[in-house]
Amino acid sequence: MTDTVTVEVRRYRPEQEAEPTWQSYQVPYRREWMVLDALNYIKDQVDGTLSFRWSCRMGVCGSCGMMVNGTPALTCATYLETLLPGPVRVEPLRGFPVIRDLVGDLTDFLGKLRRVSPWLVRETERPPAEGEYLQTPEQLAEYKRYSMCINCLLCYAACPIYELEPEFLGPAVIALAQRYNLDSRDEGREARMDELSQHDGIWACTFVGECSTVCPKDVDPAGAIQRYKLDAAVSWVAGLVLPRSGK
Amino acid sequence: MNPAYRRYHPKWHRAGMPIFWWLRSLPYARFIARELTSMLVAYAAVLLLVQVRALDAGPESYARFTAWLGSTPVVVWHLAVLAGLLFHTLTWLHLAPRAMVVRLGGRRVPDAMVLLGQYAAWAGASALVAWVLLA
Repeated sequence: MTDTVTVEVRRYRPEQEAEPTWQSYQVPYRREWMVLDALNYIKDQVDGTLSFRWSCRMGVCGSCGMMVNGTPALTCATYLETLLPGPVRVEPLRGFPVIRDLVGDLTDFLGKLRRVSPWLVRETERPPAEGEYLQTPEQLAEYKRYSMCINCLLCYAACPIYELEPEFLGPAVIALAQRYNLDSRDEGREARMDELSQHDGIWACTFVGECSTVCPKDVDPAGAIQRYKLDAAVSWVAGLVLPRSGK
Repeated sequence: MNPAYRRYHPKWHRAGMPIFWWLRSLPYARFIARELTSMLVAYAAVLLLVQVRALDAGPESYARFTAWLGSTPVVVWHLAVLAGLLFHTLTWLHLAPRAMVVRLGGRRVPDAMVLLGQYAAWAGASALVAWVLLA
C-alpha cells in the first residue's frame, strides 16, 4: 500500500510569475481522503500560499470544482484512491480566467445567469390569501432534474464551445432557464427565449455532450439545450405555417 | 471580469485554446469525427443527385456513371464513405432521444422507444430509396 501520493498543482501567482507553473507536493495517502482533503493538507501543513475555493465538502455548494487529471470534477467528491498511483494533477477549471492558483473568475457566468431570469416570472401575482401555486407530481417531474444544478460550472469547463467562444451563454445557464420554462408556475418563457435564441444562446451549442457527462448532479444540460432547440424550431415552423398561432 | 477585483489583481491569466484541443479526450475526438462525417452525408446526397442526372441524360451517360462507380479507387473510397456515414448516422440517432420528449397518452415515451422509432424511420427511408433505384 502506498504511503504518499504526489499531487501536482497548477500555480499562478500574478505578482511573481507571468505564466502558470506546476508545483509538486507529497501528500500522505489516506483511503478515505478526497482530492480536496489533499489540497487542504497542503494548505495547512506544507504551503499556506496555495489558493483554492471550497466550502461544504459534501457535493452541494459547488465551489470546489477543478480539473483533476484533465477532467472537471468536484474535488470533495473525488477519492484519491481512484487516482492511484498518481501523480494527481489539479488545475483551475478550464475556460475561466485565473485570478490565482486554482481560483477562477466566475463573473462572466453570474452575469449570463441574470440574463435568463432564473426565477419564477409571473405576469400577475396571486394574492397570498388565495393560497399556494399547487403542482402535480407530473408537473414537478418536468423540471426537477434541471433544478438540481449547483452552479459548480464543471459543465463550462467540459464545454469546448465555451472555451472557443466565451460569449456562449453556456450549459448551466440554459439548463437553468429550461428549469423555469418547464415549471407550470412560470410565465417567463417568451422573455427567456428572446435571450436564448440569440447567436450566443442555444444555437452556439454543437452538442458535444460532455457537459452532461461531467455533471455531478445528473442535470443533463446538453439534453436541455437540444430540447430547447427543437422547441424553438417547431414554434418557428408553426409560425410560418400558421402565422396566427405564432407567439 | 469585475473591474472592482481588477484593482487588486491586475493580471488575470487566460489560457489559450490549443488547435488540437479535440485530441484531449476520446469524447472530444468522437464529437469532431461526428461533425466531420456530416460532410460525407452531403457528399452522398450530391452523389445521388448526380446519379439521377446521369439516368435522365440517357443510357450512355448512365453506363459511364456506373462504370465510374465500379472502378476500384471509387469502390474503395465509397467503402470509406459508407463507414463514415454509418458512424455519423449511428452517433446522430443515439443523440436524438436526448432532444426529443415524445408523449403518448400523457406518458413520456422511454428513450429506447424513441431510438427504435428513429431506426424504423431510417430503415423505411432506406427501403424507399432502394425501391426508387432498383425498381
